[in-house]
Amino acid sequence: MQTSENLLWLIALPLFSSAILLLAGKRANSWGHVMGTIVSASTFTIGLVEFFAMQSRPEESRAVTQKLFTWISVGSFNVDASLLLDQLSICFVLLITGVGTLIHVYSIAYMSHDLDRRRFFAYLNLFIASMLLLVLGDSYLNLYVGWEGVGLASYLLIGFWNQKPAYATAAKKAFVANRVGDVGLSLAIMIAFATFGDVSFAGMKENVDQASSTQLTAIGLMLLLAACGKSAQFPLQSWLGDAMAGPTPVSALIHAATMVTAGVYLITRSNFVFDEAPIAQLMVLIIGGITLLFGAIIGTAKDDIKKALAASTMSQIGYMILATGLGPIGYAFAIMHLLTHGFFKASMFLGAGSVMHGMKDEVNMRKYGGIGKFMPITAITFGFGYLAIIGVPPFAGFYSKDKIIETAFNEGGMKGLALGLATLLGAMITAFYMTRVVILTFFGNERWGHKDEPHESPALMLIPIALLSVGSIASGYILSRGEALVHWLEPVVNPLKEHHEELLPPIVVSLMTLGVVAIGVTVAILKYRGVQADHAPEKVSVLTKAARRDLYQDDFNEATLMRPGQVLVRNLLNIDYLVIDGLVRSVGKVSVTAGNQLRTLQNGYVRSYALLMVIGALALITTIWMVTA
Amino acid sequence: MAIANYLYLSAILFTIGAIGVVVRRNSIVVFMCIELMLNAANLAFVTFARINSNLEGQVIAFFTMVVAACEVVVGLAIIVTIYRSRRTASVDDASLLKR
Repeated sequence: MQTSENLLWLIALPLFSSAILLLAGKRANSWGHVMGTIVSASTFTIGLVEFFAMQSRPEESRAVTQKLFTWISVGSFNVDASLLLDQLSICFVLLITGVGTLIHVYSIAYMSHDLDRRRFFAYLNLFIASMLLLVLGDSYLNLYVGWEGVGLASYLLIGFWNQKPAYATAAKKAFVANRVGDVGLSLAIMIAFATFGDVSFAGMKENVDQASSTQLTAIGLMLLLAACGKSAQFPLQSWLGDAMAGPTPVSALIHAATMVTAGVYLITRSNFVFDEAPIAQLMVLIIGGITLLFGAIIGTAKDDIKKALAASTMSQIGYMILATGLGPIGYAFAIMHLLTHGFFKASMFLGAGSVMHGMKDEVNMRKYGGIGKFMPITAITFGFGYLAIIGVPPFAGFYSKDKIIETAFNEGGMKGLALGLATLLGAMITAFYMTRVVILTFFGNERWGHKDEPHESPALMLIPIALLSVGSIASGYILSRGEALVHWLEPVVNPLKEHHEELLPPIVVSLMTLGVVAIGVTVAILKYRGVQADHAPEKVSVLTKAARRDLYQDDFNEATLMRPGQVLVRNLLNIDYLVIDGLVRSVGKVSVTAGNQLRTLQNGYVRSYALLMVIGALALITTIWMVTA
Repeated sequence: MAIANYLYLSAILFTIGAIGVVVRRNSIVVFMCIELMLNAANLAFVTFARINSNLEGQVIAFFTMVVAACEVVVGLAIIVTIYRSRRTASVDDASLLKR
């Protein structure tokens, strides 16, 4: 395998920049955002250079590595801190640095009124560095470092406005939910080490047939748990909605385009494990299916524009996770949907940020309405993202989502039917809630009351949105033309050994999808066309009530985890107080009491001392006499 | 006369002395009882010296006498001093060294 000296810079540049911005303090206030953006743009340039270099090489020598140093060397266990750039990681590198750079540019304008803009850019750069380390690590241990790094960056950025207690709590919630997933990842690494004695991707892939299926299933399930935590999948999904407390560029970059898709990356990267562990793969399918419907249903009832988009993200990642469970062909489609989703969801989030910018940080869509007239560019770009996500040809989502639905149906049997119907239903609900978002925001009567008229955002914000919406128009076609991405990823996710029989011709699936999408759109138009009130209706169905409360996910967590946890902690505290402390206290009490009792012997009367001496002497003599006689 | 009788006498004298120390309050009497115990011990020493046909017990008896003489000097001085300041010779009244 070839080596390259450039990979280190991908991570080192943003990491240094982040350190400088954090350490320089106020001195960097005037130029910090410029440096952060330039650094991000340079990583994108390096990524592009590497991409074209990779493309020009023959297929079998495309992957490059760079060994940084020997990290752990204990007996036969060796872990190098080394980086691996192959066909899969370059997709992520380009997505992270490309979308990342656009969002840096956007943030310059979006955060211009914030006194802490420099700190914001420091965290963004920290995130870029960690995320690149995550996708460039050549072993699970290196990946783990990046995995924790993005968790930290996510925590810092969700809680960026931590002067509001609710936001700080949201950050904590995200951190705790992620921690559950991280336990899964560390367990997976430990099982992998026990099984293979090696935690690098290449080493494990080589020896995968030596492991028993039980071991592989255990590793697979633990990796799935990790993916659930990071990618907000059922049952660890509850943090994503609250994570919208962070500034909107963060929601676009971390909680839509890149970090939350790390779970998809993890499963795709571990394809050699999942391909040999059918039970784990089935669980991946189930989790993906549940989450894609779960997120979609929540999305129908949210009035907060960012939370509606967050629910949609959850649902779309559900699609990707489901696709990764479909075997070798599914991985490529998962990554394709991941890339197109990165474009259209980031563009819509930035559009939502632009609307909030114009509406003085109002997030309630019931108080929007008719904004399209005042913010035409935002509306048009948001519209492109909307057409992409609901899957209208020729926009990006059509290619990627259709492929997933098609592959799900082609799985065959009851399984294929169930998965296919779930993805179709998801597509219909997606069309419904996204149409709802668009109508409530950009059409209809103006419901914002006596505020100033909304104004279009500055060019620094509009240009990134426009570039991203170009991506949401074109990326699907480019990636699927001649199955470009599928062939590109073949060396990583195993070549297509057998081509799946096509149970349904692609055109039928496309027509079915477009049919259900049309139903979803029509229902939403009929339902929300004439919304007049600036508040949500009170009398709603049970399902709506449930969806407004995130399908009771928080209530469930509170009832099953938090309350029992509190009871446990309280009982442990009592045990600590009564038993452990009780023991210590009783030792003290015994000494004090004994001392008090013995003190009375010291009464100052010489005669009683003499008597005690006599008694003692007699006792001694008696003892000696009894022992010797 | 059996030599053991000396030992019985010594034990009786010692017991009388010990009971006297415990029972009596007057410090002079207590003091005399202590002397009685010392001399009972002396008697036992001398008797054992006789039994064992050597002189060590007799030598120790001399030491005891010397120590007793010193003790009398110091003890009487203390008793007289306490009597001067307190106008009493009862050992129960000198009980400040408690607790």
